[in-house]
Amino acid sequence: MNSTVSDQYRALADQAERARDRQKPGEKILIQIGSATCENAAGSVDVLDEFRKHIAASGREDIVLRRTGCTGRCSREPIVGILVPGKMPVKYERVDRPLVHEIFTRHILQGEPVLARILDGPLEKLSQHEILTCQSNRCGWEGAESLQTALARRLGDLGITPDQVRITAASCFGACGLNQLGTCSHMLVRPDKVLYRVYNEDDLDEILQEHVIHGHTVDRLKVVEKTVGRKFFEMYGDVAFFNRQSRIALRHNGIIDPESIDEYFHYRGFQALSTVLSKGDPQWVIDEVTKARLRGRGGGGYPTGQKWSMAAKAAEKTRYIICNADEGDPGAFMDRSMLESDPFNVVEGMIIGGYAIGANRGFFYIRAEYPMAIRRIDGAIRQCRERGLLGKNILGSGFDFDLEIRLGAGAFVCGEETALIHSIEGERGQPRIRPPYPTESGLWGKPTVINNVETFANITAIVNYGAGWFSRIGTAASGGTKVFALAGKILHTGLVEVPMGTTLREIVYEIGGGVAGGKQLKAVQTGGPAGGCIPAKWLDTPVDFDTLAKAGSIMGSGGMIVLDEDDCAVDIARFFMTFSQDESCGKCTPCREGTTRLLEILDRITQGTGTLADLEKLERLAKLIKKSSLCGLGRAAPNPVLSTLEHFRDEYIAHVTQQRCPAKKCVALVHYEISAEKCVGCTVCARNCPVTCITGARREAHIIDQVRCIKCGRCFEVCRFDAVQRL
Amino acid sequence: MLAQLDDVLREYAQAPGALIPVLQIAQAIFGYLPETALKRIAQALDKPYSEVAGVVGFYSFFTRVPRGKHLIRVCLGTACYVRGGKEVLSALKSALRVEVGETTSDRTFSLDVGRCFGACGLAPVIMIDDDVHQRVRPTKLPKILEQYRHHAAETLESAAVGPEAQS
Repeated sequence: MNSTVSDQYRALADQAERARDRQKPGEKILIQIGSATCENAAGSVDVLDEFRKHIAASGREDIVLRRTGCTGRCSREPIVGILVPGKMPVKYERVDRPLVHEIFTRHILQGEPVLARILDGPLEKLSQHEILTCQSNRCGWEGAESLQTALARRLGDLGITPDQVRITAASCFGACGLNQLGTCSHMLVRPDKVLYRVYNEDDLDEILQEHVIHGHTVDRLKVVEKTVGRKFFEMYGDVAFFNRQSRIALRHNGIIDPESIDEYFHYRGFQALSTVLSKGDPQWVIDEVTKARLRGRGGGGYPTGQKWSMAAKAAEKTRYIICNADEGDPGAFMDRSMLESDPFNVVEGMIIGGYAIGANRGFFYIRAEYPMAIRRIDGAIRQCRERGLLGKNILGSGFDFDLEIRLGAGAFVCGEETALIHSIEGERGQPRIRPPYPTESGLWGKPTVINNVETFANITAIVNYGAGWFSRIGTAASGGTKVFALAGKILHTGLVEVPMGTTLREIVYEIGGGVAGGKQLKAVQTGGPAGGCIPAKWLDTPVDFDTLAKAGSIMGSGGMIVLDEDDCAVDIARFFMTFSQDESCGKCTPCREGTTRLLEILDRITQGTGTLADLEKLERLAKLIKKSSLCGLGRAAPNPVLSTLEHFRDEYIAHVTQQRCPAKKCVALVHYEISAEKCVGCTVCARNCPVTCITGARREAHIIDQVRCIKCGRCFEVCRFDAVQRL
Repeated sequence: MLAQLDDVLREYAQAPGALIPVLQIAQAIFGYLPETALKRIAQALDKPYSEVAGVVGFYSFFTRVPRGKHLIRVCLGTACYVRGGKEVLSALKSALRVEVGETTSDRTFSLDVGRCFGACGLAPVIMIDDDVHQRVRPTKLPKILEQYRHHAAETLESAAVGPEAQS
């Protein structure tokens, strides 16, 4: 152990803690406002402004505004958290200026939460206490029935109502395996922030009697170790969308101020770096990461420990480490969220990675479409330099390391590692044949490790909580969790972090709340333009790198788009092919020409001029491109076509044999008519028609001129009497 | 502006991999990449002009034609696509009377498409300069555009300020 390193770390952490303490956060009312690209787009800047005015007008000095990143609950943003000391934290959704006024006057000044607008509410009443019980299959106790059932029965026997204590099921608190004496389950009491180990029914009785009834903490059963998702559960544990998740990479999202290094220190920031540097053994880090069974989260799923080990063994001593933040997959936004909401965690992960492989220089390659992520990472790097956490002789360890940012310039293919390297070198971002792999010959010909943002975001957790703990979460082949960006026709869009091996059904229904608008789920598209569609009948597929590959899709970076009955499989395939064709860099013929030809065929089919022979051509060509393309982009580009052909062939056949689009999505194959019986002659459709092709007098049935109709569907959308029919 | 570029070139001349950052800065200075600037860059970084032009042509962020004061990018990522991004694009085309890649005659807006800005939960979105606008419907467009028209008229010289800068 190197005492200099830990002393220096301690001094920095103390300094940060003092700076934080000066603001006395524990004694004040905190108003927490999300600040990230999507939060701002949803209006959080106005919300912040309005709260500022209200605080100033009230003259109160015990109310503090605090900025956090985003929790990944996108469709409900802006989200505001109100933390009154000793009270249950309350979160509000879709906050706007009028609601700020209501929250401020009713909740903050008079102590009455605005129940109608609570996140994932409305709630009838806020209970005084909430007990979260672990539902993870890794947790078990000696009781005959489940902890939740036993708890519910006892509360009933004691005459405690749900108004007083609410019970909620939660996923893993991350306390398993830490210092426990036998099999136990866990439960968290909110708002008291006490996590208990519960071994048997006597323990449960004691906690109820002592803590719930008399208000004394049962120290004997209290978990004193720091656990990974604890702060997140303390804040967001009551929200169904969050409490079924296991947050590791996203553990600080929506909790800490992403622009403050002092805040980050408070949440064990740089402790992992201190541990690593004081051990002074890069191989130890690599061994830990290997033991954790961490696999690359960018999509390839290559074991991270193995990648680091190859670079560390290279004869060449100048080495580089790169964070691939060129999150190009449409529908994936977890990397942006991590960069914006917890930037120091990614930076710390990179410093540790640099140390492990023996690199002194690292690069963030961030896409230019993410201006706020760029600003936050830039700020984090600057603050790290000021505290000596980047630069020469970090924490007195003798290790020199610095980071710089390079911006993408709008080329999807640069997510491919060899193309990304060319881009940093200042060339066209075109891939090259591997081997040699970058770990052997990468940036400027030197050994280079490229990892995705999420991979780096897991590193600090592995060091702080242990490789054994990390590997227990997940599957035999792949440790830890994966973050998915759930979007499309889903009720709750947002970021979902679950253990590897969680089924699609749990993600879509239990966390995502199912399909929006009561429609039927058709398929889940995973892996972006390189992935495929998994049909509804395969919802019980556990999600992992290998299982998704078997289902004809890929994990990719974790985009998960839910498709419903209104989505056409051929149209989706065509959409992705348009993307891949457009983004093909043009270097190799199979990808350049092949994607163009595939797109032409798909265009024909969606136009209604395709033939059955086209389907065979599609399949043959797709397989050929897969086999013969130079890089991952081309090799994966046919996946959306092949997977829809496999699972939704009947739709393709309807398009080519009957010129019919079963989902009524393909514009060329549908037309609109107005039912004379249902039309009341309200004229709304006629007034909204952009080409004025709808005629009819007031209170009389209207008619669409089929020749002039451009099939924009506007009339269909605005008709309140279901008179306009899409046929 | 060329003098400003020369300062940048002096700073970056010796740095490996400088071409793309230099082009990005140059585009921020000029608003686009004029041929004179590209030639000067090629000379200063000791690279053939063909290579510089090749890089410019490869990346979609670089443009060799002047753009309007505000760049509108319509997201056509998957989530936006399934939630009506295409309709928003066609409404913008007819409202501005331009095609993708073109600039309005008064030089206020340029229209482009984007591949996912990572705000899928708010789909469909459009990005104007650095601001993301959420849940855009064709009917909401006139109001959004008006803010920028107004803004463009007010601050002809100063750099665009998004809502971000107020926080």
